[in-house]
Amino acid sequence: MLDIYALFRHSLAGLRVLVAMTLLLGVGYPLLVTGVAQVAFPWQADGSLVTATGARTTDTGEAVGSAIVGQAGDDPALFHNRPSAAGDGYDLLSTYGSNLGPNNPDLVAAIEERRAAIAEREDVDPAAVPPDALTASASGIDPDISPAYAALQVPRVAAANGLSEDEVRDLVAENTSGRTWGVLGEPRVNVLLLNIAIRGLAGS
Amino acid sequence: MSSLAPALGQIAVLVIALAVAVPFLGRYLAHTYTSQRHLAVERASYRLLRVDPDADQHWKTYATSVLGFSLVGLLGLYALGRLQEHLPLSLGYAALPADGAWNTAVSFVTNTNWQWYSGESTVGHLFQMSGLTVQNFVSAAVGMAVAAAFARGLARSMQDGRVGNFWSDLVRGTVRVLLPIAAGSALVLVACGAIQNLVGNRTVGTQVITGGPVASQEAIKQLGTNGGGFYNVNSAHPFENPTPFTDIVQIFLMLVIPFAMAWAFGLIVKDRRQGIAVVSVMALLLGVAISLLTWAEMAGIGLAPAAAGGAMEGKEVRFGTAASALFAAATTGTSTGAVNSMHDSLTAPGGGVAMFGMMLGEIAPGGVGSGLYGMLMLAIVTVFLCGLMVGRTPEYLGKKIGQREIVLVALYVLATPVLVLTGIAVAITAQDGLAGLQESGPHGLSEALYAVTSAANNNGSAFGGLTSGTPFWDTLLGLLMLLGRFLPIVFVLALAGRFASQQHLPPSAGTLPTHKPLFVALLSGVALVVVGLTYVPVLALGPIAESLS
Repeated sequence: MLDIYALFRHSLAGLRVLVAMTLLLGVGYPLLVTGVAQVAFPWQADGSLVTATGARTTDTGEAVGSAIVGQAGDDPALFHNRPSAAGDGYDLLSTYGSNLGPNNPDLVAAIEERRAAIAEREDVDPAAVPPDALTASASGIDPDISPAYAALQVPRVAAANGLSEDEVRDLVAENTSGRTWGVLGEPRVNVLLLNIAIRGLAGS
Repeated sequence: MSSLAPALGQIAVLVIALAVAVPFLGRYLAHTYTSQRHLAVERASYRLLRVDPDADQHWKTYATSVLGFSLVGLLGLYALGRLQEHLPLSLGYAALPADGAWNTAVSFVTNTNWQWYSGESTVGHLFQMSGLTVQNFVSAAVGMAVAAAFARGLARSMQDGRVGNFWSDLVRGTVRVLLPIAAGSALVLVACGAIQNLVGNRTVGTQVITGGPVASQEAIKQLGTNGGGFYNVNSAHPFENPTPFTDIVQIFLMLVIPFAMAWAFGLIVKDRRQGIAVVSVMALLLGVAISLLTWAEMAGIGLAPAAAGGAMEGKEVRFGTAASALFAAATTGTSTGAVNSMHDSLTAPGGGVAMFGMMLGEIAPGGVGSGLYGMLMLAIVTVFLCGLMVGRTPEYLGKKIGQREIVLVALYVLATPVLVLTGIAVAITAQDGLAGLQESGPHGLSEALYAVTSAANNNGSAFGGLTSGTPFWDTLLGLLMLLGRFLPIVFVLALAGRFASQQHLPPSAGTLPTHKPLFVALLSGVALVVVGLTYVPVLALGPIAESLS
């Protein structure tokens, strides 16, 4: 039924159209969007980088990270991120969720282990540890923790930095975003920006 | 953790946005695919490319154009992948292996966007923007073109199998619809934090920060129901989908054209109510999927969610369970396959609903174009069944459903299930197939079943625990994607041709009205029964067994 000669002829026409489409959509479109983005939103387009004081920058030399990407860290004086399955943790070159199934025994064991470790670290009741602290994120580079997990860490961070718990709680509140329009997404605390604020207050 | 009121609130935001946009875009789409006039820039490019945009093609010619265009797209993308190391902006990444390049070329040309590779460590910027982004546009435009041809076939009479012009449909869908919406959306995404640059990997502090033309690809990835992420974790990556606002924008983008195509269908067949009936069925089925998925994820069913106190494994804090469930329902109800949470870690009922959405043939609301023609095929099955019950020759929109027509519809309806069930049988009996599974028992079967279902239905999402970048899985899934895309398209176009040749019958007393709530209910029922009967046995061994264990 298929006419090979006709297919060949249509493929040649298709090739001409594909070349034109590639120039338009594969070169023109991304370059145009890049151009406009670099002029209108240069900070966001380059990865929302921030300096050690939390100021916006596009200079990779003076930046300490991206405001929208989480970082690995186990500094006992700072807030901790969620568990991560991205490489050795928070690796942008191998972003990954654990992909462990909902009844996977290894995952259940890992959750119990994390619960015990966090309860000991924060000196709280194991039942008080919230779900996001016990589970690996989808991206492995989740920038946020839940307000509950942040609240859990306040006493430790306050003590380690010689700050009052109220001072630390204020900084947590400043770095908490609510739901957009009251409904979209979830309340969350940006860990990198919070830790920058903690360092700033503790150092001053 | 999510609570119910905001979960309902964000669904309401989505519904309102769609309710405003769909009639408007539907009208624009109908005009795009029926107007006799070319834009000046279109006319100039047709002349330059030496294609005739005014020839009213016979369905066979139309189908040959679709296949020819897709064939060169496939070969071109394969070549780009194999030659990657010699291309500029490749970040030093090696050429793709033969099986991987085949899989990716098929995947993007068929609007599937299954990804065996991890974007940030396998492919460079040029392959992403000049290979993948281009196919994101044109594979979507091909789906829309075929749906438009089918709608025209129904609208015409005595046209001797002629269904329109593929080249003009392709160019118009791309230039008039996809490109302007994608460009605008890309800038919205950048403003909120999605990145858009041409730099490579840069060391920042203790981390390597990746770069790339992400937002431009992201916009069309969602709008064209493609779903192939720039990065491995797709829309869970903060550089692709930084905020809850961008998340709802992405969900909106993947739903808007499929619904608007159904609206446009009503206008093309000159009976707006027919389009509204199709939109209603799509909305009804999607509503059920969203409700079930949201319930399953927020309730946190399963051992791991129970141990953690919530189903947050494989989810981002900014999205939580509710926005993750909403995204999962939308991405599997369409043929998108983008993810903002890891579907392998969804609760068992949640993962089952996602799988069922794909098994429905992605008609709620489905891929751009493919959702519409998939739903119309089931509409024809519905009038046929009802015709059998009352003993009359069934008809749809004044077109008789005779023996030849129903054979084509049956071939369409059977094609994908045959591919899925053959695929799963091959996958779980071959050593190389089993070697890819991360989990054992029912969840292991679910991983394999999800993969073949996703491929044959051109979805592209995955239970990511499956290691699919092996010659076995690359080849198998490539074949499923290719046949799952183009067999149905050929059947749809053949049927469009038959309808275009027929005369319009005036409705009689025995005609089943296809715009009333009764038909909406019947069509929804037929969709569920056809799919249910086909897939219940294998679902019972996978997600259902898991849910009960």
